[in-house]
Amino acid sequence: MLAEIGHFALILALLVAAAQAVLPMLGAGRGDAALMAFGRSAAGLQALLITIAFAALMTLFGQADFSVALVANHSALSQPLPYRLAATWGNHEGSMLLWVLVLALYGAGIARFGDNLRATLQARVLSVQAMISVAFLAFALFTSNPFARLSPAPLDGAELNPLLQDPGLVFHPPLLYLGYVGFSVTFSFAVAALMEGRADPAWARWMRPWVLAAWVPLTCGITLGSFWAYYELGWGGWWFWDPVENASFMPWLLGTALLHSAIVTEKRGALAGWTILLAILAFSLSLIGTFLVRSGILTSVHAFAVDPERGVFILAMIIGATGTALALFALRAPQMKSGALFGSISRESGLTINNLILMALTAVVFLGTFYPVIMEAVNPANKISVGPPYYNLVFAPLSVPLLLLVTVGPMLAWKRDDAGTVGKKLLLPAVLASALFAVLALWLGLDKAASAFGLALGAWLILGGGQVLVRRWWGAGGFSWRLVRTTPAATLGLALAHAGIGVTTAGISAMSGFAAEKILVMRPGETAQAGPLAVTMVGVEEVAGANYRALRAHFVTRQGGSDGKLVSERRLYTVSGNQTTEAGIGVAIAGNQYVAIGDVQSDARGQGLVVRIYWHPLVGWIWFGGLMMAMGGAASLSDRRFRIGAPQVRSRLAPNMVPAE
Amino acid sequence: MKRLLFILPIIAFAGLAVFLGIGLTKDPKELPSQLIDRPLPEFALPGIVEQPGSGPPELNGFASASFRGEPRLLNIWASWCAACPQEHPVLERIASEGFPVYGIAWKDKPADSRAWLARYGNPYAGVAADEQGRTAIDLGVTGVPETFIVDKKGRVRFKQIGPISPEVWEGQIKPLLQQLRAEA
Repeated sequence: MLAEIGHFALILALLVAAAQAVLPMLGAGRGDAALMAFGRSAAGLQALLITIAFAALMTLFGQADFSVALVANHSALSQPLPYRLAATWGNHEGSMLLWVLVLALYGAGIARFGDNLRATLQARVLSVQAMISVAFLAFALFTSNPFARLSPAPLDGAELNPLLQDPGLVFHPPLLYLGYVGFSVTFSFAVAALMEGRADPAWARWMRPWVLAAWVPLTCGITLGSFWAYYELGWGGWWFWDPVENASFMPWLLGTALLHSAIVTEKRGALAGWTILLAILAFSLSLIGTFLVRSGILTSVHAFAVDPERGVFILAMIIGATGTALALFALRAPQMKSGALFGSISRESGLTINNLILMALTAVVFLGTFYPVIMEAVNPANKISVGPPYYNLVFAPLSVPLLLLVTVGPMLAWKRDDAGTVGKKLLLPAVLASALFAVLALWLGLDKAASAFGLALGAWLILGGGQVLVRRWWGAGGFSWRLVRTTPAATLGLALAHAGIGVTTAGISAMSGFAAEKILVMRPGETAQAGPLAVTMVGVEEVAGANYRALRAHFVTRQGGSDGKLVSERRLYTVSGNQTTEAGIGVAIAGNQYVAIGDVQSDARGQGLVVRIYWHPLVGWIWFGGLMMAMGGAASLSDRRFRIGAPQVRSRLAPNMVPAE
Repeated sequence: MKRLLFILPIIAFAGLAVFLGIGLTKDPKELPSQLIDRPLPEFALPGIVEQPGSGPPELNGFASASFRGEPRLLNIWASWCAACPQEHPVLERIASEGFPVYGIAWKDKPADSRAWLARYGNPYAGVAADEQGRTAIDLGVTGVPETFIVDKKGRVRFKQIGPISPEVWEGQIKPLLQQLRAEA
């Protein structure tokens, strides 16, 4: 019964979305307030219906109703309840349902919080949003119905991959979806602006909170994903330039560019065409990335051939959305007002350079990701990887100028500035960061100059974030609490996010320059050294767990005069025969100590255990920096200036306001 | 002129879409290699040991001249390659069935290559390092892993792009090697 209710709700949602795609758009064209108001009600109704469908599916998973095919295939009675519930979105059909749910919730958000929007703009945004909904709902219903029944129902289901039963993976996909789908809103805003032939400061101001609303969860999701890969996969890395990671990183890079170009459009009315293009591309890359690469929806382009129906549908959807939007862009954008002029040294030009570099970085990742995917599409046997050497070679040199600029940007004045004034504001951070670079380079030696530069760059960014606050808090009459109290949340967010980049940069630099590892065969009593870390194997024992047998090794660590203990296990799950390694990780601000045991092997001195030892300096900073960026974005989103009216007063739609159509 | 700038994105996207569309419908087929039936390009590569001459002899590099007298496999891999661990058990099997496999670690630090082999085990009869990727250019390597089958006279007879799957080994490469062994 519940499955039928969910299915029915989903069908109704499709019908509502279809009406929402057409009627408000017509209303905006004719100036019919009733039709435009329908868009708002429909968005709410659509969200309600999809929520019912999603809740139904989740309940089915909770009840372990194996008469539903999806539940039978992706959960089992032995699974703990939280993981069974999480299995709702741990598969293709369920993740599609989560996708449309998030899409509809954002739509309802535009209807609910869009009171200060121009009515025609709101109506058109809701229509475009509904068109995307129609495509995805049709996709879910016709090619991947989550509520399909199974008869006869099995007594127990097939379990989820044990590796995926992890808290990190419960939250990782929904966060990423909030990000990807969030860019659908900015996409709709861009398309609506093109239809209206108008992208003014008010438009950018309305759109900007939605950019942040997508960017913040995406940042969290990527950070969480990187952390999960580090501690669960345990191969000592935090980023692998894997296509799946890149698929989330490209929308993030473009989203970051969009965030900044929208500021220029909002404050100065310039770069409107560019902002629109970025909004279109950010969502397009979310679509392309998720659907062509993400496993769970499609393992790879290769899977297209396996299920041509789905593949053709998805490709048609991408072509429909991106193609239409870009065609509109080619048609309409040239006529739009290009806005104010600005000098070569100005906040605007700084943000333009920021955008160009972010765009170039996206292109680099895009090429690296899609070259192998396309090669594999041409020939499924072509499993080529474009590896870290490519990215390190191209990505690092491009990002250094960008990172240098991050601290300069907020110090620049709008319209026109001169190098002298900016230089004065940046004197202190520049001197401190240069001094740090000099000290580090001398202390570490010239062969580590690149890492020293990276660490100094991190300091430059953190100091730059601090400088934003210093300049805000110290007014003409010196430091004042009044200035501290009245600091806008967006300014705090800026400082926090920019400092976060610095923290991440420092972490990456330390990891790439000073990480140490040692892989060897050890016997109890022996000591091995990895960089500054000395590890002694104390003893090995056999232990039995609930559903596994394990070899447990005890280690004593010694580093910089302080001692610690670490334990690592090699587990054999007796039922499935799966072997897993539980690494011993000693976490500290200065870095992580990491010890993991492997198989029994022999070397010149006899039999022992293979031991991997890592010293990972400042590795935690990488994720902490990501968290700071997300918090900065959240602070910016909470700024009350977003909620009070945009600089243009909303007007009842008078006949003379009807745009030319 | 300015107008053209605005049309550029849709043109680029159309190109991508067309390519993806073609990619989806195209029949799987081999990428031809220019080297087929031609002698292996000449190279002499160092090993991946810390000091030349130290450590096991098979880790001390090899030259193209050693590809004579017996058909061999030349495998291009790297520690940073995602598909290589997947191919690794097949390479071990090939070696255990008596066919010598030589490995070139492409654009890889010797220390990383050593760690990788220590972790997974060494299936190679000889390992060499091509840190700068010069030899890989001569070989026309497009990515890792790739494998060349070289006959008794040192000519390239077959090139596998991507990992060797057990099916490819049983169905294509092993019969070819047996045939090459029988050749005069």
